[in-house]
Amino acid sequence: MNSDKTIQHSDAATVFNKNVERVNWHDETLWFVREKRDRSAHQIPEWELLRETASQIKFNVLSNIHDYLVEFEENAKKNGVIVHWAADAKEHNEIVHSILKKHEVTQLVKSKSMLTEECHLNDYLADRGVEVIDSDLGEYIVQLRKEPPSHIVLPAIHLKKEDVSETFHEHLGTEKGNIDPQYLTESARQSLRNTFLTRRAALTGVNFAVAETGEFVVCTNEGNADMGAHLADVHIASMGFEKLVPKRKHLGVFLRLLARSATGQPITTFSSHFKKPREGKEMHIVIVDNGRSVQLGRPEFKNSLKCIRCGACMNTCPVYRRSGGHSYHNAVAGPIGSILAPNLDMKKNADLPFASTLCGSCTNVCPVKIDIHDQLYKWRQVLVKEGYTPKSKTIAMKTMTTVLANPTVFEIAGKTGRFMMKNFPMVVNNKLNKWYDNREMPEVPKESFREWYKKNGKANKGKKDE
Amino acid sequence: MSSRESILNKIKQNQPKEINELPDLEPLKAFDGDVVGQYKTVLKGIGGNPVEVNNYEEIIQYIQSNYAIQKRVLTTLPELASIAKLDWKTDDPHSLENVELMVVKAHFGVAENSSLYVTDAIMGQRVATFIPQYLAIIVNKKDILPKMHHAYERIGDLDYGFATFIAGPSKTADIEQSLVLGAHGARSLTVFIVA
Repeated sequence: MNSDKTIQHSDAATVFNKNVERVNWHDETLWFVREKRDRSAHQIPEWELLRETASQIKFNVLSNIHDYLVEFEENAKKNGVIVHWAADAKEHNEIVHSILKKHEVTQLVKSKSMLTEECHLNDYLADRGVEVIDSDLGEYIVQLRKEPPSHIVLPAIHLKKEDVSETFHEHLGTEKGNIDPQYLTESARQSLRNTFLTRRAALTGVNFAVAETGEFVVCTNEGNADMGAHLADVHIASMGFEKLVPKRKHLGVFLRLLARSATGQPITTFSSHFKKPREGKEMHIVIVDNGRSVQLGRPEFKNSLKCIRCGACMNTCPVYRRSGGHSYHNAVAGPIGSILAPNLDMKKNADLPFASTLCGSCTNVCPVKIDIHDQLYKWRQVLVKEGYTPKSKTIAMKTMTTVLANPTVFEIAGKTGRFMMKNFPMVVNNKLNKWYDNREMPEVPKESFREWYKKNGKANKGKKDE
Repeated sequence: MSSRESILNKIKQNQPKEINELPDLEPLKAFDGDVVGQYKTVLKGIGGNPVEVNNYEEIIQYIQSNYAIQKRVLTTLPELASIAKLDWKTDDPHSLENVELMVVKAHFGVAENSSLYVTDAIMGQRVATFIPQYLAIIVNKKDILPKMHHAYERIGDLDYGFATFIAGPSKTADIEQSLVLGAHGARSLTVFIVA
């Protein structure tokens, strides 16, 4: 993607906020998912211990990831799986394409994989004559609309059933105006069933990979990953290297946390463990770095690699809920995406760590206890130091530093401000003042606290509380 | 240098130096409650249908009166030979496309999420529990475990090519968060809990 064309989060959010009714609906829909998460978590008395345990396992993984990867590869190979290593998105896409080419496959069915979104695999393959069909219903909908997913777990959460109805009418020939989700889902089921039955190659993501056994786990509710993989001759699984867990028994911890944090379900409908290919068939794993090893070396941000992609931080985030996933211009949106994105491209994604109120709700719901809001705050400092933030922001911050560090300047600035606001309100009540965008300016006080204290402080001294 | 070497070198250089021990999972296993009762409650909550039976005879009767058995019904269990076919395990998986009902038996179930554990050794074919219109799974009452930690303890170092936990019918809520059962897999799941 051309970085010059990227629309800043705040500008995209402004556009998203033009339709007030729709923004409110988006906000409420995601909050509804957050509440489901709460109800589910509260049913587990040891929930906090579970989070802490998951966090400790992930810390262990980060410290030993080299050895775990070597162990995983060795075991996967023993299981008859072909293992590939991709340094970046380009190499990942080339590997996938070369496998398809070897088998003369020009049609691929894909289940949800945020990694392939990160690598822009669909576009890469389309340019080389390979048709890709996304089989997760949400992804299928956004793919037909030529949009990226707006949420890692709920890809079409920004759309209303009327939108889906129109899209399906155009592409699948469903009845015009029929907005019944049951009917629309059934139509997609029929269409995709034919896809599953005719594709010779399937690509899935990976939720967890086990070093001890060389197996990997894919979680879906729809069963689309399994329908694709079990009917194809070739199964390709793409994984970021941080998906590892040390032992099979650790899956018990993560499978308890993932769906409850994501949608409030006790577990996804299917948690499929792929260990060996079917007889006479091929199974490939592509282990991808694409900047992860760099992030691993940043002490402040390495914790972002603990993420299990549940999306809880997005559902709870007041900024995400009211700005929509597309405003983040990154495969992973929301709070966690805003920590991952600057690592991939600091210049392009410098705006994202600022798309937060730092309220800390993300950190509180994170199932693996990533200090998300702290990391957002730390990214801001890095980005300002590296010179990636807008000039206006830097100048304003420097001015504030001078004013706040010097009592005399502070007093003069305060007096000037009050005088201007009282006599020339247009100076602040205008479109250049971003603060004024969604707020009324406060009423001007007659005097500052300091002035008031000078007059009344001494007089009140010695007076007893009544 | 290959990508493998360069990635592993970078990781070795950059991975945190502090030692982080793996935590003990034992404290997470604490459970006091009615395992079977919880299993049934959770299963109903996610759209599944628990049916308690005493023997295979009752399972056959239930299937005969609740499913369209004149359509294609398959199983892995010889006990059900009177209502279901057994000779499909080596067929092309695509040929299972028109299966109405599949009946298999699970190794065990898990009360906290009502999932059932099956491996390719007892599924007949990997696609068998995904491709039919309707799915029924049999589990012994004594094989219902409290939590996922107990499940993995039981699995131990079992060897398999493929294994899966199945919890309820396939579903989606991708259209405006409206729950629809029967996304790509089975439209319903009946679980026969055998005394």
